[in-house]
Amino acid sequence: MTVRRGAVGAPAPRVEGLAKVTGSAAYAYDRPVADPVYACPVQATIARGRVVAIDGGAAAGVEGVLAVVTHREAARLADTADAELAVLQSDAVAFRGQFVGVVLAETPEAARQAAGLVRVEYDEEPHDTELRADRAGLYTPEQVNGGFAPDTDEGDVDAAMEAAAVTVDRIYTTPMLFNNPMEPHTSVAVWGDGGDEGGGGPGEARLTLYDSTQGAHVVRSTLARVFGLPPERVRVISPYVGGGFGSKGMPHAHNVLAGLAAMAVPGRPVKLALTRQQMFSLAGHRTPTIQRVRLGAGADGRLTAVAHEVVEHTSALKEFAEQTAVGARMMYAAPNRRTAHRLAALDVPVPSWMRAPGEAPGFFGLEVAMDELAQACGLDPVELRARNEPEVDPESGRPWSGRHLVRCLREGAARFGWEERAAVPGTRRAGRELVGLGVAASTYPYYRFPGSRAVVGYDGSGRYTVRIGAADIGTGAWTVLTQIAADALECPLGAVRVEIGDSELPPATVAGGSSGTASWGSAIVAACHAFRGAYGTEPPPGAEAGADMPRDPDAERFAMHSFGAQFAEVRVDADTGEIRVPRMLGVFSAGRIVNPRTARSQFIGGMTMGLSMALHERGVLDHRTGHVVNHDFAEYHIATHADVVDVDAVWLEEEDAHAGPLGARGIGEIGIVGAPAAIANAVHNATGVRVRDLPITPDLLLR
Amino acid sequence: MNARITLRVDGRDRPVALDTRTTLLDALRDRLSVTSPKKGCDHGQCGACTVLLDGRRVVSCLILAVACDGSEVVTAQGLVEEGEPHPVQRAFLEEDGFQCGFCTPGQICSAVGMLQEVKAGHPSQVTDDLTGPVTLDDEEIRERLSGNLCRCGAYVNIVAALREETAPSEETSPRAETSPSEEAES
Repeated sequence: MTVRRGAVGAPAPRVEGLAKVTGSAAYAYDRPVADPVYACPVQATIARGRVVAIDGGAAAGVEGVLAVVTHREAARLADTADAELAVLQSDAVAFRGQFVGVVLAETPEAARQAAGLVRVEYDEEPHDTELRADRAGLYTPEQVNGGFAPDTDEGDVDAAMEAAAVTVDRIYTTPMLFNNPMEPHTSVAVWGDGGDEGGGGPGEARLTLYDSTQGAHVVRSTLARVFGLPPERVRVISPYVGGGFGSKGMPHAHNVLAGLAAMAVPGRPVKLALTRQQMFSLAGHRTPTIQRVRLGAGADGRLTAVAHEVVEHTSALKEFAEQTAVGARMMYAAPNRRTAHRLAALDVPVPSWMRAPGEAPGFFGLEVAMDELAQACGLDPVELRARNEPEVDPESGRPWSGRHLVRCLREGAARFGWEERAAVPGTRRAGRELVGLGVAASTYPYYRFPGSRAVVGYDGSGRYTVRIGAADIGTGAWTVLTQIAADALECPLGAVRVEIGDSELPPATVAGGSSGTASWGSAIVAACHAFRGAYGTEPPPGAEAGADMPRDPDAERFAMHSFGAQFAEVRVDADTGEIRVPRMLGVFSAGRIVNPRTARSQFIGGMTMGLSMALHERGVLDHRTGHVVNHDFAEYHIATHADVVDVDAVWLEEEDAHAGPLGARGIGEIGIVGAPAAIANAVHNATGVRVRDLPITPDLLLR
Repeated sequence: MNARITLRVDGRDRPVALDTRTTLLDALRDRLSVTSPKKGCDHGQCGACTVLLDGRRVVSCLILAVACDGSEVVTAQGLVEEGEPHPVQRAFLEEDGFQCGFCTPGQICSAVGMLQEVKAGHPSQVTDDLTGPVTLDDEEIRERLSGNLCRCGAYVNIVAALREETAPSEETSPRAETSPSEEAES
């Protein structure tokens, strides 16, 4: 432990809280800019083919229209290796909703009217958007997201299944899901020639973006490459971000479109905000999954085989392979284990990160299967999991840095009143309602990504500024980093100001993989120690010291994961099948909790998204058109107030001695993992109906 | 077609000439640089743009600005009085009723409008007695705020904030209504 206790561990209120509740926090579109131009994209209305003609004449004639930019007018990009970002570079259409043009105008109304007047003719080709496990053309990706091998095979699963006293062999599916942060993806782009924010010499083209992103530096480096600029001539500013959940973790096509559009009106800022509908084709999504889970066990419930084989989609335009089965590699002790990922490359929008990619859908299949196994063995689901607790990571053989899943399960069972669960499904009733309890385990890996640097400066009068290009997308990072710096500098919380959200700040890795606190936080600790080492406790005003994130040797020696136990109560109306979730409880083991207030919000926020995934969310792709037909909040339902009654989270008081100077393993994603399975298992306990396809809707319970 | 109108926004008269197709939300954000109401969907489906229009909560993306000439608009920013946040804003801070903050100004305007509706005795879908005064329990709060989506999932903290805010001083605030011990087993 190298950080004293003080601010860390205290429930400090959010440093930006007042700005948010009063509405003065300026998100990307809100930044005041002089003389803005409004952009409205034109999207492809076919799922595959070519643009053969575009008539922008009527659009250009609308009063206030400044330019109509299509692939014919758009500048050639310097680097088109990333096909998702090769915007307006050819006449090819790879998915419905792809950008085929953009209209710029003096007002948003004129831009929108004119965009509707752009006539596009296509040479339409047959498209293919339907994912099925039995379809032709499934392939094995070279690796899956996170850099994992697509397949693993240990022992002999088939023989173990053959010999097992008890088996489960089922198919589980999850639908196409959409991140839907409340703030639509927005880029305000302006080309200057030096002299504006960030400097640069006269005559040197430079691009400034006010962007809604989880990583200002990754947007800068990517756009610099795409536009052929040195990175120092691109500046990305994003202090406030209205949620992301992965969808703002990497640049998407709209960032490039904003940059291209702004070339048509040099010196003027172009405001491009995707509409909610446009986000369904342009902001990433989670692939649908078809998961075959096989579990083999002795009559005592001890697993002999675990197999998790997944079929999912990617876009023909660009591969993204969700690591759905990776969690099954380390979760339970079984001598015979197999995982596999097969992809269908379809004419669909480009999938991407969505909160806990891999674990979120994968633990629906795995943890419902475990519930089925408990039922088949006549064991309590908590006990079944306890019996299959591996002493070391089954995959790597490494010792755990701290695996306390069983403690989470036992603690949760005691707090939740698990003993009230009916042993026989469908037998507990309260009036018209069938009542059930369910449990599922969750996990998420510890990630600490290299590439962050922090700089500490002394402003005089006892005040310090810590600079790092991190992002607070609602996680509490701003506050947590302030707490960490205050403790590392051994000064009061109020003496530290943290600057984030700007690519002019020292580089920082993306707010993803639940890695922010560990990555940025350890860079800040190192910088603070470097500062004190150089200047002691009485630094001269203007003193400054920085440090890169130190290496993390323990991550090579230990298997490092957070764990959790999710409990849910459901009530199902016996006549209508309506499903309500009156209570959820998560018990987590995530190492040290830096800020209990913001941590609880993150945990329950993830669990709430899990509830939403369990009962509400499903993107419906019309295979005739290649179109996600329910592309708004009226039809793609996310949980709202009335759906969320009592969601609570607690955690084990601990520190992970191997997780860097903070002992914290990350908390942003684990809350969603296992939550849908806990609800599905509770629905089974309430009704006796086993639902293996999300979302769980009333019709499935009334058959 | 353009029109000249005057909106009274957060206590200030704001004359503006605008395209008659401009929504109240776009008028506030793009013409008047009042950016506390947010655009989350532009279809009245998320509530992020909620403001108080002549005292009533509305989704400002579904109203044409030209129809609001002479009206009083209060946004979350306008709820601050003499530098002091509104009690509902303070309660959101206290209970961490937000994360990313994007839906927050709309949630807060909606909550303020909702509390006035309750005070005026307006029943909701979940009100049992349609004639008497409304008791604002958790179920009522959730029902009445369900037009305001929060993807970060701050719902339970928002309800806690409003429970706090509306609790009578003698601490008789209603708690979560369902507990396992209360149910009738059969």
